[in-house]
Amino acid sequence: MALIPMSLRRLWQLQKKRYKMDTRKEKLPYGIPGHNLSEIDREIPIGEPPVWPINDKLKIIGKRVTRIDAIDKVTGNAKYTSDMKLPGMLYAKMLRSNVPHAVITSIDISKAKSLPGVHAIYLNENTQKEGEENKNGKYPMVKYVGQPLGGVAAESLEIAKDAISLINVNYEKKPFVIDLEAAMEINAPIVFDELITKQEDGGDVGEVHDGSKGEGNVRGPSTSSFFGGPRGSLEEGFKEADVVVERTYRTQVQTHMPLETHGVVVDWRPDMMMVYASTQNTNAVRNEMASVFGLPKSKVRVVCEFMGGGFGAKHSAGSFGPMAANLSKKSGRPVWLMLDRHEEHLAEGNRPNSIQYLKIGAKKDGTLTAIQQRSHGTAGVGLGAGVGRIAQVLYPCPNFATEQYDVLTNAGPGAAWRAPGNVQGAFGLEQAIDELAEKLQMDPLIYRDLIDKSEVRKVERQRGAKLFDWSRRQPSGSGKGVVKKGLGVGQSTWPRFVTLDSSVEVKIHNDGGVEIRSSVQDIGTGTKTILAQVVAEELGLQVKDITVNIGDTFFPVGPGSGGSVVTGSITPPTRNAAFEAKNDLLKLVAKKWETDSSELFIENGQVSSKKDTNLKMPFKEATKLMRTSQISKIASRSDDYGGFQQPWGLAYGDLGSVQFAEVSVNTDTGFVKVDRIVAAHSCGRPLNIGQLESQINGGIIQGVSYALYENRVMDKATGHMMNANVDQYKVPFSMEIPEIETLIVEEYSALSSTDAYGIGEPANIATAAAVANAVYNAIGVRLYEIPITPSSILKALNKVS
Amino acid sequence: MEDKNQDSKSKPTKGLSRRSFIRGAGLSTAGSVLLTTNAFALDYKEHPSDGKEFGPDAITIKMKVNGLVKSLSVEPRTTLASAIRDHLELTGTKVVCDRGSCSACTVYLEGKPVNSCMMSVFDVGDKEITTIEGIAKNGKLHPVQEAFIEHDATQCGYCTPGMIMSCVHLVENNPNPNLEDVKDATRGNLCRCGTHPHVFKATLAVAKKTI
Repeated sequence: MALIPMSLRRLWQLQKKRYKMDTRKEKLPYGIPGHNLSEIDREIPIGEPPVWPINDKLKIIGKRVTRIDAIDKVTGNAKYTSDMKLPGMLYAKMLRSNVPHAVITSIDISKAKSLPGVHAIYLNENTQKEGEENKNGKYPMVKYVGQPLGGVAAESLEIAKDAISLINVNYEKKPFVIDLEAAMEINAPIVFDELITKQEDGGDVGEVHDGSKGEGNVRGPSTSSFFGGPRGSLEEGFKEADVVVERTYRTQVQTHMPLETHGVVVDWRPDMMMVYASTQNTNAVRNEMASVFGLPKSKVRVVCEFMGGGFGAKHSAGSFGPMAANLSKKSGRPVWLMLDRHEEHLAEGNRPNSIQYLKIGAKKDGTLTAIQQRSHGTAGVGLGAGVGRIAQVLYPCPNFATEQYDVLTNAGPGAAWRAPGNVQGAFGLEQAIDELAEKLQMDPLIYRDLIDKSEVRKVERQRGAKLFDWSRRQPSGSGKGVVKKGLGVGQSTWPRFVTLDSSVEVKIHNDGGVEIRSSVQDIGTGTKTILAQVVAEELGLQVKDITVNIGDTFFPVGPGSGGSVVTGSITPPTRNAAFEAKNDLLKLVAKKWETDSSELFIENGQVSSKKDTNLKMPFKEATKLMRTSQISKIASRSDDYGGFQQPWGLAYGDLGSVQFAEVSVNTDTGFVKVDRIVAAHSCGRPLNIGQLESQINGGIIQGVSYALYENRVMDKATGHMMNANVDQYKVPFSMEIPEIETLIVEEYSALSSTDAYGIGEPANIATAAAVANAVYNAIGVRLYEIPITPSSILKALNKVS
Repeated sequence: MEDKNQDSKSKPTKGLSRRSFIRGAGLSTAGSVLLTTNAFALDYKEHPSDGKEFGPDAITIKMKVNGLVKSLSVEPRTTLASAIRDHLELTGTKVVCDRGSCSACTVYLEGKPVNSCMMSVFDVGDKEITTIEGIAKNGKLHPVQEAFIEHDATQCGYCTPGMIMSCVHLVENNPNPNLEDVKDATRGNLCRCGTHPHVFKATLAVAKKTI
């Protein structure tokens, strides 16, 4: 996510100025139905569509509309990047380092070159300025196992693999460091001896990172976030505290493992570079490729119709994108370059680990007095191992400070993963809050009622506790028998991120067809379907009447699918474009009926008049009145109603969640089973209940996996990842899936023409913390490290040493 | 199939290894002339007449896929998954792990689910292969496919073909499955988006409808 700083005051002035000029006053739904729903007055830009009522008064929004591209997915007809086959296409394989830290002295490609079927070989080389000698020689220095060094394009993937095995790389090996704590030591081998300001390979990882200061491998600290810096005085805060919890929490490195690996198919024609990409951000890939090859953006087209998962790791063209382009240029043929599973684990992203020190103080009555946080984590050769801002914002506390350090190691670069930093941070914070509650002799849920000022989480706690039956919870460790049950809770917050650079085109064709176009991609979250719902609702049509063509940079630029920004960014302009197109169409009908277009509306596929109920015209017939083949409207994301908190689009409030976990712990074997999760979530105005449930399920299952199963295992002696494949990397399958119940709390904040937001990040934040709290409740001993394994349980119970 | 693989490993020489590799594979090895014509399971001969080596160049073979006989030119090292995806361009079958650990490449061999990434295309012989593209019949979706749409059992969709192959096989063979049966049927299907709860719901809904 590109966050562009700008003077806040200046932005406010600009906005105010404009609002005075052309706004209208509207009453919008505000609050939570069934709790505190009311109306609020807002000055909104004059061209905005009429206010939508709450969901139960709408026809298509907020309903269980089936996914419009599901038919392609269930029949096997959906074409992913990995499925592409272009005429004359070559298959490429990348050459990767097999040592963790080295200078490359030579690369011999002679044998590979002469292998029949090989069309092009490309090696990454240091760019040499004239008259200067390259510090590290001809080739970039190797910093981790799996670092891309080059690539081969051949007539088949098998030939490309054969060719790679014929390339001989000579290394001058250097000392390396893999382990987080070892890398922090003064005498540790140095991964980078220069300052780093941005990630070398891949996208932006987390929120908090600053490689431009620090010593050795330890960079930072970052002490502030976009919610500001430290508050108050820790010293004063802890002086006031009657109760203090002081703990260190540890989280592991996990790898994304999307089912479709990273990759592209590049067809570099003389006039246009065509890129099919498995990406979460067609626009970013387009911009990167244009920038790398010095092409105008108009000469690069990136298309992603279907993509097989990313979870944050697929925002960039990576090194494989330029590699495929270079091979395509060299061979004059389209080039298919998808990573294999092993490469995917090594080089294309992971969630950094963390060691988090957390100290929280509270008064006897529970009031928080101070929160101190210090974290170290490694994103390998990348940055962004901060633990987010959840400790800063979830619970108001006058005295707060954090120091978040990135530790560089000789391992593959980290990448963003659903709510970067916050998932790690929540694991620490939400356990500390539980421990604090216990010290205060309060129920953890009641304690949260006391210190959490969020109205939506209050409702989520109430409704969630009822559905979950929290009242069953027994004192921790009080259960009898070998298998002990435990109940736990975890909470989260995520900002309402909005990307202002979000545009969409809505076309009404003169045969009644309606089309939506944007570069925004559907990564499996259901973006195509919600866009169709929004337009169908606005045009009084059905979802099946709408064609959605997205994931193509030839269309107006949409947001990247990260940070849960898509829904909040792209649905308002989609509605606005449909509204504008509708107005043009209604004007044509009004002319024919000799009335005013403001009297007309479309409902159930019919244009009707408010004044004369005899006037009816099917939508399709109305479109025949057009003089041109189509009405086309492009709309961009307007400012939020009332103005943004941040210039790049952060809106007010938070997307809150409360997740409840029920676990069984076998105290003989140490096995933990997550039996049930109840997840209460808010995302503004819910657009599609089925799809929301799907995404929440996904966040929870990834959270259970994080809590109990996943762990990247590195061999400290060789720097290799030991479990870089599906059969070795532990994740839950059907037998490990808990019963999941979701509870979506409608919440209106009156901020845009749809007032809707995403759920991708919120769904993943609280699960591991809730599971850890439930495990504590079961056995009465707290675990401060994930993954929680049978042996860690038995150790905690002092059954093994 | 496993026996054959072991057999091939135990043979020390290259030539013998290749011959044993295709033994029972439904493909004649009787010289290059036959190998370059359309070989098919029914043409299979036990012993090569002229002792010529099999491969390593591509050979044209026939295979029964989704009710049709298809002709394809494949190298001896080709897996069934690769033959289906890369040669027949039936890309609904997905290769995710390429080592039989995720079930994304599930197809039916004579109606029985197999991991197509683990199988030589030459071991198919004249057996019928069904891929995800062959599940809908005459343009009509299978009830499991309909239920997957209805219950939003897809997210990114990359595991979906494999999931559907597992669930269709279940409901076709067990008219009254319970949740444990569905979990058991999909226990090898890796999904990273977390579609499992809706997959379970969809499959159970089909079972209810067909009772």
